[in-house]
Amino acid sequence: MITLTHYLILSALLLAIGLIGVITRRNILMILLSIELMFNAANLSFVAFSRSWANATGQIMVFFIITVAAAEVTVGLAIAILLARKLHTLNADEIHSLKW
Amino acid sequence: MLEAIAFYTIGGLMLGAAVVVITSRQPVYSVLSLLAAMFCLAMLFVMLGAYFVAALQILLYAGAVLVLFLFVIMLLNLRSELIPHVTSTLRRAGSIIVGLLLCLQLGGLAIHARIGQSLPDAAPGFGTVEEIGRLLFTTYLLPFELTSFLILAAIVGAITLARSKQTVR
Repeated sequence: MITLTHYLILSALLLAIGLIGVITRRNILMILLSIELMFNAANLSFVAFSRSWANATGQIMVFFIITVAAAEVTVGLAIAILLARKLHTLNADEIHSLKW
Repeated sequence: MLEAIAFYTIGGLMLGAAVVVITSRQPVYSVLSLLAAMFCLAMLFVMLGAYFVAALQILLYAGAVLVLFLFVIMLLNLRSELIPHVTSTLRRAGSIIVGLLLCLQLGGLAIHARIGQSLPDAAPGFGTVEEIGRLLFTTYLLPFELTSFLILAAIVGAITLARSKQTVR
């Protein structure tokens, strides 16, 4: 019998794995990818609650989260391209000044 | 019983793909495992009865966002020194501890949420395109229109940022 708790624990594990990815990875693109993983964990949580409360608002929220994540990835990747072009590095440790 | 088998299989596959995402050396392998994780997530959405959101997940997230990632990785991957490999052991250990703490906190909350109760049976129209569409165009019309502004801002921002210098007048 799969309850709400199962889905929430799965979502928590996914969020923790995404968080470990954000902290550990040094490549800017991989940090953005780990943030996408955390978005997906939140989506799973929303949909599980939407089914549990029989309210479709959770799925509407997932609709908007997917849209906002797509817009954010667009701008984030544009910034990453600029960084690679100017500083010739994608290592997050070497990007420590706002103006060069 | 079948539902439990499906849930544990898909959940285990998704967590395995997530671990490959954060530990793989090759960026392309990470993106492809995230693609696998998103497909597993779409399967879980179908199990929960959210059919429209599952289709959106595959179309938008896996089909647009990850393809964009792949394009940028292939565009920027020509010089191999751009990809760093070293992470100190202290940082890895610290991140695993932080992840475990987060899991314990959220898991503790999750166990207190409706413990032991199975999920209620979905209403016949739950999660279909018709119901989501009806909600989007009545109750949530304002956020729906505002996302169009957000997408426009993202497009203009991305083009302005990533434009090459030769086209600047």
